[in-house]
Amino acid sequence: MSDARSDIFARIREALKVKAPKPHLKGEPVAGKTSAVAKPWLPDGGESADASLAILAEQLAKLKAVLIRVPDQAAAAKAVAELATAKNWQKVAYHGHPLLRPVAAALPCEAWEADASFEKQKLEGCDAGLTTCESIVAQLGAILVSSASSGGRALSILPHVHVVVAEAGQVVPDLGSALALAKARHGDQMPSMLSFITGPSRTGDIERILVLGAHGPKELYLVLVG
Amino acid sequence: MDDSKAIFLKDATVNAADGDQRAFIRKALGGYYTNRDLQKARYRDWERARDAASMAKWSAVNDLANVLEKFVGNFERNGGVVHWARDAAEARAIILKIAEDNQAKAIVKSKCMTSEEIHLNDALEKAGFGVVESDLGEFIQQLRGEAPYHFVFPCMHVKREAISELFTKHLGTAPTDSPEELTMIARRHLRQLYVDADIGITGANFLIAETGQISITENEGNARLTAALPRIHIALSGIEKVVNHLDDLSVLLPMLATAGAGQPMTCYNTLYSGPRKKGECDGPEQFHLVLLDNARTRILADPEQRDALHCIRCGACLNVCPIFKNIGGLAYGTTYQGPIGSVITPHLRGLKQWNHLSGASSLCGACTDACPVRIDLHHHLLHNRRNATKESPTLFDQVFHHGFNFVIKRPWLFATGGRIFRATLPLLQKLPIPYMGAWMKTRDLPKAPAQSFRDQWKNQNV
Ligand code: SF4
Repeated sequence: MSDARSDIFARIREALKVKAPKPHLKGEPVAGKTSAVAKPWLPDGGESADASLAILAEQLAKLKAVLIRVPDQAAAAKAVAELATAKNWQKVAYHGHPLLRPVAAALPCEAWEADASFEKQKLEGCDAGLTTCESIVAQLGAILVSSASSGGRALSILPHVHVVVAEAGQVVPDLGSALALAKARHGDQMPSMLSFITGPSRTGDIERILVLGAHGPKELYLVLVG
Repeated sequence: MDDSKAIFLKDATVNAADGDQRAFIRKALGGYYTNRDLQKARYRDWERARDAASMAKWSAVNDLANVLEKFVGNFERNGGVVHWARDAAEARAIILKIAEDNQAKAIVKSKCMTSEEIHLNDALEKAGFGVVESDLGEFIQQLRGEAPYHFVFPCMHVKREAISELFTKHLGTAPTDSPEELTMIARRHLRQLYVDADIGITGANFLIAETGQISITENEGNARLTAALPRIHIALSGIEKVVNHLDDLSVLLPMLATAGAGQPMTCYNTLYSGPRKKGECDGPEQFHLVLLDNARTRILADPEQRDALHCIRCGACLNVCPIFKNIGGLAYGTTYQGPIGSVITPHLRGLKQWNHLSGASSLCGACTDACPVRIDLHHHLLHNRRNATKESPTLFDQVFHHGFNFVIKRPWLFATGGRIFRATLPLLQKLPIPYMGAWMKTRDLPKAPAQSFRDQWKNQNV
C-alpha cells in the first residue's frame, strides 16, 4: 500500500492536469503577492500617523475596547494603578518587559511576573494580565500580541481583563503593514503564536445577541504612551 | 426515492410551514445584515477586495501540489508534525493514535467543521476519551446531541429558554433568560476544563505556505485557550486551506469577518507556527497537523467546480439564502449547509444521493453575490443538476428529452402539438400528471393565448 502523502499528491497532480479558468474579476487584475503593497480598496487605515490614531480610536470604541492615551511612562503607570484600584484587582500577572516593569511596580495590588513558569491555575486566578504588543492596526482596531513579546500564549487570554501597554509609534495603518513588520522582525524565526486581538472576547451564539467575555477577557484596555 | 432525499423533503416541508421558527431565524439574522452593510461600507471598493480574495485562493488551489509542499516544508521546519489522511477513517485513526500514545484523558475542542465532517467526537468517545466542545454554540449543540444548524452560528435556532433548561438539566444551574448570564455559566464551566485537558483540538482557517503558519479565526477566545493550555495541540484541516503568502491574510481575514459575521475582524485571528519554542514560557510540547483529502481532490479534478475549494467557510451564502432561511440548517442533513453545502456535498457523499439539494434552489444568485471569494455558487447548483441527469437520467428525463428533440426538429409537428397543448391546457390543471404533482400543488397554470407566437408574428400581432 502506498502511503497517504504520496497518494494525495498523485491525486492532486492528476486533477490539475486540466486547467481551470481564472475567476471573473470586476476590476483590473490584482497583484496578490507582494507584501505591503498598498491596497486602496480595503478599509482606510490613515495616511498619516495622526489620521491612523484617529481611526484607531474610533475602531476601538466600536469594539468596546478602552483606549487610554498618556503622555509618558509615569502617566501610564498611574493610569493602570488607578484602574486596579477602581476595579478592585487583587492580583495582576505581567510580562517582564522594560515597558511593563515600572507599571507593575506602581500597582496597588499583588503583581506577579508570569514569564518564568507556566502555572495555569495561578494565572487563571489573576484579575488581569498585563502585556505589551508587537504592533497595533489602526484600520481594524486590532492589537498584535505574540508569544515572544507578550509573555507567552496564555497571559493575554486567560486572565479576566487584558491590559496592553504600548507606544504610540507601534501603531501601523493596516493589517498588511503589521504582517510585513512581523516578518521583517522575526524572519524565519516566527514566535510560535502571533495573535491579532480585536476587542474583548465576545459571542453571539445565543440568539445572535452580543455578549462580551465569552471565554477570553471581558475587558480590554490599550494604554498608549506618547 | 433515496433516504436522504425523502428525509430532506419531509423536514423541509415541516420547517417551511413553521412560521414561528422562520420569524425567529429572520430576526436573529437582522443584526447581521445591518452590521455587514456598515462594515462593507468601510471598504473603499468591496468588489476589488473580492477580486483580490478570489485571486489569492485561485492561485493557491490551482498550484496546490507546489504550495502544499512548500507549506509542509516550512511547517515541519518550525517543529510541527504533519499527518496525511486520504479519508475520514484515516484522519480519525491518526488522532486516536496520538491520544493513545500520549495517554490522554481529557480532550478539549474548539470549533472545527472538518471534525464534524469526519465524525471525530463519536470516534473519540467510543474509544473512551472525554471530549468537550468549547465554542459556546458547539457546546450547546453537544449537550443537545444535535448537529450544528449553521456552520458559523451552530445554535442560532435555539431559543434562550431552551438553553436555560439545557443548562439546568446538565450543569445544575438556576434558570435564567439572560443571554449574558447563560454565557457566563458556560464560561465558568469550561474554564477548568481547559486547565485540565491534555489535548486541545482545533481546526485551521488558512495554512500559509510562505511561513508554515496556520491561521485560526474565532471570537470567543476558546481556540486561543485550547491551543495554549493543553500539552498537545492537534489541528485538523482540509488540504485546500493553503494560501501562498502571509500577506494574503491582509485581505482574507477582514473579508471573512465582514462577509460572514458583519465584523471588521473577528476577535482573535491567531497564527501558530509550531509547539512552544525555546525561551517561551508556555504553550504545548507537541503540535500535530492532520491534513485531510476526503474527496477534496475529486472537486479539484472538476475544473468547472474547482472554485468551490476557494471557500473560506464564512457562512455569508447561508445568511442570504432564501432556502436556508425557510427550511433551516438541520434539514440539509449535511456537515456544510446552505448553497456551498449543496454544491460540495454531492462530491463528498455522492451525486445520486445528494443531488436533490441542488434542486432546492430558486437560483436567485444571492449566494454568488454574497461570496467574498466569488464562487459561482448558483451556477454550480445548475451544473450539479446537469451532471446528475447525465450520470443517471430518470425515465422522465429520457422520454422528455428525446421527445422534445424529436418534436423541435419538425416544425409541422411543433405547430400541431402547440395547438393541442393550448386547447387542453385548462384540463391539464386537473389531471394527475406524473412528476408535475409537487409543482402544480402550489401553482396555477397560466391562461393559454389564442394564437401561437409564430402566428402572432406572422400576423404582426406582437
Ligand atoms: S461559498 Fe463563499 S459565501 Fe459561502 S461560505 Fe464559502 S466563502 Fe462564504
